[in-house]
Formats: sequence, structure tokens, C-alpha cells
Amino acid sequence: MLNRAQQPEFKQVEDINFVKATKHELANKIPVFEINAGEQDLIRIEFIFQNRGWDVKKPLLPGVTNSMLTEGTHSLSSAQIASKIDYYGAFFQTEYSQDQSSLTLYSLNKYLPQTLPIIKEMLTGSIFPEKELKTFLRNQKQKLKVGLEKNSVLARRAFGEALFGDSLYGYATRLSDYDKLDRVDLSAYYKEVYHPANCTVVMSGKIESSTLSLIDELFGTWDNSEAVDAIDMTYQSSLEKLHYTEKIDALQSAIRIGIPLVNRTHPDFIGLQILNTALGGYFGSRLMANIREDKGYTYGIGSGIASLQQAGYFFISTEVGVDVTAATLTEIEKEVNLLKNELIADEELALIKNYMMGSLLGSLENAFSHADKFKNIHFFGLGYDYYERYIQTVKDISPQKLRDLANRYWDYDAFYKVVVGKM
Amino acid sequence: MFARKIFMVQFERFTLENGLRVLVHEDHTTPMAVLNILYDVGARDENPEQTGFAHLFEHLMFGGSVNIPSYDEPLQRVGGENNAFTSNDMTNYYITLPAANLETAFWLESDRMLSLAFSEKSLAVQRDVVCEEFKQRYLNQPYGDVWLKLRPLVYKEHPYKWATIGKELSHIEDAKIEDVKAFFKKHYNPKNAIMVVGGAVNLEDVKKLAEKWFAPIEGGTKPERNLPNEPIQTEEVKATVTADVPTNAIYKVFKMPGRMEDGYAATDLISDILSQGKSSRLYQNLVQQNAVFCDINAYIYGSIDTGMFVVEGRLLPDVEMGYAEECIWKELDFLKSQTVLADELTKVKNKYESTKAFGEMSLLDKAMNLAFYELFGDANLINTDIENYLKVSAEDIQAQANTLFKKEAATTLYYLAK
Repeated sequence: MLNRAQQPEFKQVEDINFVKATKHELANKIPVFEINAGEQDLIRIEFIFQNRGWDVKKPLLPGVTNSMLTEGTHSLSSAQIASKIDYYGAFFQTEYSQDQSSLTLYSLNKYLPQTLPIIKEMLTGSIFPEKELKTFLRNQKQKLKVGLEKNSVLARRAFGEALFGDSLYGYATRLSDYDKLDRVDLSAYYKEVYHPANCTVVMSGKIESSTLSLIDELFGTWDNSEAVDAIDMTYQSSLEKLHYTEKIDALQSAIRIGIPLVNRTHPDFIGLQILNTALGGYFGSRLMANIREDKGYTYGIGSGIASLQQAGYFFISTEVGVDVTAATLTEIEKEVNLLKNELIADEELALIKNYMMGSLLGSLENAFSHADKFKNIHFFGLGYDYYERYIQTVKDISPQKLRDLANRYWDYDAFYKVVVGKM
Repeated sequence: MFARKIFMVQFERFTLENGLRVLVHEDHTTPMAVLNILYDVGARDENPEQTGFAHLFEHLMFGGSVNIPSYDEPLQRVGGENNAFTSNDMTNYYITLPAANLETAFWLESDRMLSLAFSEKSLAVQRDVVCEEFKQRYLNQPYGDVWLKLRPLVYKEHPYKWATIGKELSHIEDAKIEDVKAFFKKHYNPKNAIMVVGGAVNLEDVKKLAEKWFAPIEGGTKPERNLPNEPIQTEEVKATVTADVPTNAIYKVFKMPGRMEDGYAATDLISDILSQGKSSRLYQNLVQQNAVFCDINAYIYGSIDTGMFVVEGRLLPDVEMGYAEECIWKELDFLKSQTVLADELTKVKNKYESTKAFGEMSLLDKAMNLAFYELFGDANLINTDIENYLKVSAEDIQAQANTLFKKEAATTLYYLAK
């Protein structure tokens, strides 16, 4: 007789295989990391550059320079770049984060000889045409105006500034910042950042033997130059803990709560990730169980830890009905303090451990995800032993250790609390 | 043209005696497995007085089943994750987990197909959660309510005239446990479901597990669907709303063929010609060369019944609405009067094909697409639907543009800044 009340037997995830990166070097010393896996003849090639020279008077310079890579070169207009790439069924994207700027190509292997030279054009011959720049800035300004109507966006901005002030990590774009850029600035920043000594290439997918020589042929002769110093990331957190912006007509309040924290290089980081998972890192977390599934205050609530190269931070984020905003803050404080004052029950911890192992396994879906795992360690100066440590820590950590971590790193009174809406 | 033959998705299909259709896609490049169950019920099947119900019901599917008090906890305990979504056409549930623990997915999904716990507490809480979702996504966002306003302007008869979240908050607030039970009884049974199991699994194991956990469930009856056909639109519809938004916007909607009807692929490609990427016509002509919009897109709401072709643009300050609308018409009329260039058509076809290929790097996407295509008529369409796109000619595009873009068939909404 089938017993439907009894969960079938299950196994814990024991082994997780990482497809490790192999290092090559181009003639001009650009490091190329290869993650070769998968059966489809597809490839992703990322050109990654460290951000340099943050100037608060021109805060948009790094991001706009990155976006404008697609907007025209000595020989191709923005429309030509886009239609050539599209014609071969390829994709490219620019990405600007707080630490890095990158340009990524997704292509079918067999069209790489057609698509990769276009990427080279963008990285070595961008001219930042006046008209395209004007269009781009004008449209970005309109997009920001729409963003500023969203409480969640306002909360995220205020939170960043509270934690990291007007440093690169904290600065929230003003509308007027779009008027402070011209193409001369962009060209200068482009020269300073997009050069071989500041470049790392990561290629993933089904890598053919000819791919590396194609990359070397195109990029190995790129003139090398001196490396530039990294950004000095000193920041001043806000003195005020509570940042409340009232919105009279709001139906919901956006809430962000958190504090600067260690990053991935710190020995406590993995333990803190486990602690975070318990609090708000998965659907069954304490914040979700209490504030959504028991009280119905919100569509979703979660917490996370972000690791930047020169800092890290912990955050809790949600949007809740205005009438339950105050009640939500009380419940959040209660959940944070519970993890400081009481040991996690063995059963809950066992579930979290299994969940995290399954989640790690599931996050390694294809060559691209293996490459992402590589970037997570490489740019923090870590090796693959980080993941061995991660797996060991998840398996071994005790309730006592988690409570100790909560007490060492969490103090609700010291957290920055941002509320945009009504309470 | 170039990727097709390489990216076939292999699968097997069998049907249990109770009518449950099962598709199996083996992919041994991953240690994970996916179990996806699609129920053939969506917002179009709702009572007009109880809209938003299919979606609310989806939330209640996580509130415990007849033999298992908690759905999420045992799944997380075996390292799995799950989610679900509701559309106007369907409700789809999916689990990903380490393949070694596949049986837990069968155990959980079969118990909630058998029967739910129907807890009053779960209903009360999920009503609140869905109301907050309603506010978060539709009411507390600039332009967030646009589809609540547009759908009833576009559809006069067909139940696509309301959004999946529902017409209004009160329909959700008023939901009773009897309604929940009746909805379950009518729509949640093996005959009305399609299950896809994919990943590091094998057909024989899946057959055994399906027999063990799903075969004992009573088949039920497949509910009949008698939806009104949306009549051909013969008069232009125009409306204006004013709200607290930073810029004026325009939405133009034309009715288009359903998912498996002739003309669907051509319509999809027209939206790509108009607005895919920076080489597209709308971007080049109305953003880059002429400063009319800060953002403009053409896209389709592909649905099983008559769908929507949408042009949506946000105007730059100082641009007159009438002029902006003329500019859109000029582009649509150009498609009607001139055939597209060969290169332009090849470009959007190639892009469609490679987008599909990149999508198939994800196991979950493959499993979901198999289920969708099975609902549309045959899972093997996952491999053959591409032909419908590749055979579209420049003349087909022109003819389809003439069918779609008639003045009297347009629904236009001006969304103005206060």
C-alpha cells in the first residue's frame, strides 16, 4: 500500500564537480581563461576590465563609457554594429558593475570569425559619436525619471548612500549628472581603462582548438600599456540610522535594512551566507515564513549578502502594505534577534544545509555558469579551494557557530533602515 | 538556416490509464532533474465575477496537500526548488532538484493533484499576499496599471479582457473556500494535466515512478471550454488616462493570430523587424535619427486564442502626441507598402533561431517548452515550429502587415503625465 504521508528516501548531495578554468596567455600577456564544456556549438567570450579613477564630479563616466562601446567606431556606425551581430545570430552586451566593466559576445562557434572582429572594433576603435551620445544621455535621463517614481528604486538608492556615501559603491545618480559628460571625457576614460594590461578574457562553452588562435590573432597584437592604479575605495557611512521618505499616496512601503559587511575573502563569509539563508535567503526562510506565509504582509521578502571587491554588505528587502509597515519592522527585528539569542534547531539547520548543497549543484547548469563560478573566485584572489571550503563549511557548521556569527556581525540598532512610503 | 539540425530536443511520451500525459527528456549532461506540470487552466477559464482566481489558486497549491502538510519544506530538505506561474492560458508548476532525489518531486506533485488540504488559514493569508502582489506590480508602479486598462478596450467578448491578477482587488478579497474546492475539482485532474520529466533521468524509472505515484489518481473529466470568439474589430478604439507619471506614453494594440494559427510566425517576425535591437526600424528612425521617443518597442502577447500585437512608446518631452502617433503609423504603413529587404528578413530569422538555441542550454526551459507545445497540440513542435518561421517570405510579411495594421482595427491608449 502506498504511504503518501511518508517522504520517499533521499540522498544528500555529496560530490559537486566544477569544470575548472584553464589559463592561456595572448602574445601581449592578456590572460585568457577557458571553461570548456557542453555539447552545443555555442560560445561566450567576456572581455573584463577593472574600473579606474572614480570622480564624484563625473559619476556616470565609467558606466556611460561602457554602454557607448556599442555606439560607433572608426569604421562602423551603431546600426551597422548591431545589424552585423544580429545577422549572424549572435548577441553582445555591455555590463557595468561597481568593480568592473565588460563587453560580452555570445556566438555560434562557426560564425566567430565574423563576429569577433566586431568586438575588436568596439574595444579598440570606439569613437563615441556626438549624436549617439546625446541620444543615449537623453534617453537615460527619461528612464531615471521613471525609476525615481518607484519606491523600491528610491529605497535602494537611499540604502546605498547610507552605507557607502558618495563613493563609487554608494553614489545614487542625479538627473543633472547626465549633463556633465562629453565625448572628450569618454575617450579619455576609454583609453585609460580599455587596454590589454587591464583586460581579462573568459571564454566558456564548447571551445574549439582554433578559437584561442583566433583570439590571439585579433587581440594579441593590441598595444600593451602600463597598468593604472586601482581605485582607492574609502567611504563614509551615514551617521543617521533611519532614512524615511514619506510618500503620501503610497499603497506600499519599500523597506531596505542592512549594514556593510566582510566580503568573500573573509574566513567568516561562508558562515554568514548560511546564517543569511536561515534568515531570508530562500523561500522557506524565517522572514518569508513569518512575514509572508504567516501574516500575509507582503508578496515577498528576502535578505542577501553582496560581495564587492573592496567591501561587502548585508541587506533585507521587501515591499509591504503601508498599514503594516511598522509591524513589519518589528517582525524583522524580532527575527534578527532570535538568531542571536537562540540556537537554530538541528532539523532546520539540516534542511538549510541540504537546500544550499542542492542549490549549488543546480547553479552549475552549463559552461556559462561554471565560468561565473570561476569569476566569483578569480577576481577575489581566491582559488577553487574556496568551493571545497564552502562545501565543508555548509556540511559542518554548528548551531553554536551560527549564533556566534549573528552576535558578532548583527546588531539591529546599528543597521541602516530605509523606508520609502508611509508608516 | 544554420542552427536547426544541431539543436533537436529528444523526448519520449506515454500516457497513464487515468489520462495523464507524460513526456520524458533525458539530458545526462547535468546532475539535476526537472519535474514540470502544466494544468490546462488559465485566467480565460474564470468566471467574470471571480477574476484572478486561477492565479490565487496557484498560490493555494503551496498551502499543503491532503497527506503532506507542507509542500516547500520536504522539497528544500532534498535540495530542491520550485515555482509556478499563471497566464491567461495555463498554470504551470515546476521543480528542479538533484536527480537522485527525483522521487520526492513525484510524491509532492501527485499528492497535490490527488487533493489539497483546503486550509482556511492558507486561503486567508494568500488572499493578502496576492493583494500585496496586485499593489506591488500593478498599482504602486508608474504605468503599472496599463494592462488592467487596455485589456478591456481590446477584448469585448473574450475573457482575455481581464489580466491574470484579476479585474479588481475585491474579486480576490471575496474568494471563499467553497470556490477554491470547486475550482480544484473542475480543473486539477490527470486528464487536464501535462507532465514533463527531464534531466539526469531515464525513461524506465520515470515510467515506474509515474505508475506508482500518479496512476492511482482518478482521471476525472477534461472540462469543456466554450469561450466566445472575439469578433473582428471594425471601429478604432481610443482612450486617454492621466496619471502621476514622468512622461507621456502611447500604446497601440492590434489583434493578431493565436499561437498555432497561420500568420503567427510572420507577426512575430514583424515585431522583430520593427524593434529587435538597435538596428531595428523603430529604434533607428524614431529614437536615433529623429528624436521622438526615448523608448519604443513592438512586441506580441502570444496567446492560444486571438493575441495582441503591441507598439508601446514613451515620448520625449515637447513631442506632441499626435505627431508621435503619426510617426508610428508611418512605420506600419511602410511595412504594408514595401517588401522588406532580404538581409533584414534573414537577420531576424537568424536571430530567432539562435535565441532558441541559447535557450535550450537551460534544462528547465526545455522542459517548459515541451509542455507548452504539447498543450498547443504536439510537443514535437519544439523541433518543427521553427519551419513556420523559416518559410516566411518578404511577401508574407507585407501581406500580414496589411492584415494586421488597419486603422479600424487599432486600439490606442494615451497615457498622459499629470
